[in-house]
Amino acid sequence: MLKTARGLCAWLLGFAVLLSSNWVLAEQTEQLKFNMTRGVTPVSQDIHGLHMLMFWWCVGIGVVVFGIMFFSMFVHRKSRGVKPANFHESTILELTWTAIPFAILIAMGIPASKSLIELYDTSESQVDVLITGYQWRWKYEILGEDVSFFSNLSTPRDEITGFAEKNPNYLLEVDEPLVLPVDKKVRFIVTANDVIHNWWVPAFGVKRDAIPGYTNESWAVIEEPGVYRGQCAELCGKDHGFMPIVVEAKSEADYRAWLEEKKAAAAALAELTEKTFTFDELYAKGEEVYNRSCAACHQASGEGVPGAFPSLKEGITVGPIEQHIDVVVNGVPGTAMQAFGEQLSEVDIAAVVTYERNAWANNMGDLAQPLDIYNHKQGK
Amino acid sequence: MAHGPAKGITRWLYTTNHKDIGSMYLWFSFAMFFLGGIFALVIRAELFQPGLQIVEPNFFNQMTTMHGLVMVFGAVMPAFVGLANWMIPMHIGAPDMALPRMNNWSFWILPFAFAMLSSTLFMQGGAPNFGWTFYAPLSTTYAPPSVTFFIFAVHIMGASSIMGAINIIATIVNMRAPGMTYMKMPLFVWTWLITAFLLIAVMPVLAGVVTMMLMDIHFGTSFFDAAGGGDPVLFQHVFWFFGHPEVYIMILPAFGIVSAIIPTFARKPLFGYASMVYATAAIAFLSFVVWAHHMFTVGLPIAGELFFMWATMLIAVPTGVKIFNWVATMFRGAMTFETPMLFSIAFVILFTIGGFSGLMLAIAPADFQYHDTYFVVAHFHYVLVPGAIFSITAGVYYWLPKWCGNMYNETMGKMHFWLAFIGLNVTFFPMHFSGLAGMPRRIPDYNMMFADWNMISSVGAFLFGAAQVMFLYNVIATIVSGKKATDEVWENPEGLEWTVASPAPYHTFSTPPELK
Repeated sequence: MLKTARGLCAWLLGFAVLLSSNWVLAEQTEQLKFNMTRGVTPVSQDIHGLHMLMFWWCVGIGVVVFGIMFFSMFVHRKSRGVKPANFHESTILELTWTAIPFAILIAMGIPASKSLIELYDTSESQVDVLITGYQWRWKYEILGEDVSFFSNLSTPRDEITGFAEKNPNYLLEVDEPLVLPVDKKVRFIVTANDVIHNWWVPAFGVKRDAIPGYTNESWAVIEEPGVYRGQCAELCGKDHGFMPIVVEAKSEADYRAWLEEKKAAAAALAELTEKTFTFDELYAKGEEVYNRSCAACHQASGEGVPGAFPSLKEGITVGPIEQHIDVVVNGVPGTAMQAFGEQLSEVDIAAVVTYERNAWANNMGDLAQPLDIYNHKQGK
Repeated sequence: MAHGPAKGITRWLYTTNHKDIGSMYLWFSFAMFFLGGIFALVIRAELFQPGLQIVEPNFFNQMTTMHGLVMVFGAVMPAFVGLANWMIPMHIGAPDMALPRMNNWSFWILPFAFAMLSSTLFMQGGAPNFGWTFYAPLSTTYAPPSVTFFIFAVHIMGASSIMGAINIIATIVNMRAPGMTYMKMPLFVWTWLITAFLLIAVMPVLAGVVTMMLMDIHFGTSFFDAAGGGDPVLFQHVFWFFGHPEVYIMILPAFGIVSAIIPTFARKPLFGYASMVYATAAIAFLSFVVWAHHMFTVGLPIAGELFFMWATMLIAVPTGVKIFNWVATMFRGAMTFETPMLFSIAFVILFTIGGFSGLMLAIAPADFQYHDTYFVVAHFHYVLVPGAIFSITAGVYYWLPKWCGNMYNETMGKMHFWLAFIGLNVTFFPMHFSGLAGMPRRIPDYNMMFADWNMISSVGAFLFGAAQVMFLYNVIATIVSGKKATDEVWENPEGLEWTVASPAPYHTFSTPPELK
């Protein structure tokens, strides 16, 4: 028994040492991460400080309580021939061990309250970003700048299924990262389009529920340029684990350049709306859009998932094209089928409709042009 | 006195005997514990390494959901009701439960509830996949069709729990032996009395929230749909108003069990009986005013955030009182370490560790980093597995000789303990690290930086699972071929249950016992 008690003791101590030595280790090796990141914003650093404060309080209390316990288990054993004492009830002792924890709690609560008040102060922001969660992608809008785009997971399917080697940013990479300026107070306004999501970037100490129909706010002043990665932190359905967040923090000048680039790209895309594409162009583009935006539910084979997501080898994809376009643009209310009119460009929608009508031996032979989609959206 | 149990299957179908019903509850809960465990092992097998290997993400979500539901409503709660059925009448010197026919019914609707819940796994669209907390609108507008079966299963479980609670209150209030005053009742009876009131207070709230879901899904209401004037956050408020007291429903009876076992093996009375009773009542009261600490990131106003943070921290005070009392009971005792004692000591240590992480989670700003990560998973498994499961296991080893008249195999009991203890810590301790490193919960796949911790956790989970198979074997072997136990079983244990023969006769205390 002595051996087991000692083993237990050593084991628990080992864990405590492991946890406390983490910041030394974390700097040296990126593989084994033990502890919360310090992050790069005043709030995240505050939180890290609170976390460590709480941790050491707990270690302290643990050493005292477990120390007495293990001492007792070692010394007060029947096998050592001790006679049990018979004491019980002591008002003074009871009062002491009520009062001391109470005092400790106040010591913990005061700095926590201060941090919380700071964390809630979203006033006087210099950049405002509207973040909208969709099943299973994020939409970013820089308010006042006319820049708006979707950000999708960019990890290839083959890496997930194990047919290709996983890259270091596996599941934490996107096609279009959010770019933000350093040393500016950025306000995040968070909402969602379908179910509840949660926008979390550990390095910023920002975690806010994205709730459909409501907005939440948070803020960050990023103190170091760099790439920061996060994930959705509220179960939001099938691909909850596959909607990462990537934020690139850049200098003010680079941030401005990025804004201009985004605006130019949007203008170029608008011009494309008026162009007439060939069937092959639409089909090829459509396949790409389908795999990015539709295959998660309807599957690459178009067969869907029985009982959850309908097959595209029957129904609207082989019916009148106007209805098909309508479902893609406006979605089907009350189901998981979203309105893609907002999420995809006219070119993308025309391409994906064309693809769906002709892939998997649907062979409808017709196609949609971006202008058709534009007109549909305008109600013509 | 003359008649014993009926013969054959009708004994179990028609029984109104608290011991028979208690046994059925316990076996049912044991079965659900293995079912929920299998779901957990599917999760751990998928998470053994990065990438999708074994299951699809949608099925993974069904597993996390069913694991939670089956463990909470199928394993832990019925096990405590089973122990209550067996022990409360014997603790207070009553011949049976106050409402024996309702007792039969409250058990027998449970298998149907879980058959219904489990059948959803085979339905088109699959089982519920929205987490055991079933947040709207994921569980309403976006739910698979099987959600309706889930709602009715929850209704039946709730009805069973409420009936069980009414029965326990009626028994304790009315059927105590002469001289068994409230402040003489064993702590297990006290903690169950308080738990029963919690159940009656919050199970209707759960019924309410699932009914609101049902209305949203089938009858066009919009309680939880912003587009119709509702609020998804309303769901969380109502759910956690049930959910937080529910957590204490799963731990208060555990306090009672451990408070019976530690004094027996320390050979010393419980240090502060009265303060234990008051601490339990205080915890139960506080459990009603802390629910929104599960919702720190939903965007509560700062005043609410501060209130729920401070109220939650306050719970540490009565919980601390309990821990200190157990330690003081052990102090200067003459301890031996039989299996029930080992599980009880592990309970005190590991529950305290779970309490520490709970205290950290209570700090609202820090919760912005912990929320919905594996740190939370580590926390609630540290309070539930060593808390509820270990205490139930301790209780089974402690009272099994009284139930079946045979002594369990001590060596195997100790082996079970050490395997379970190591398995538990290897599974759940690394989850603190993966959570702090930034791994969200309920994801089927993850970046390689979390790979080491997940692999360790998975190995631990299978070890823990194997330990429970050993437990099952030990229980069966004890019943079938264990050595005969004495009436007292342990050295001078306290309590009326030890004054009757082993195994306890089919009817005990038909004449009330005399209390010294």
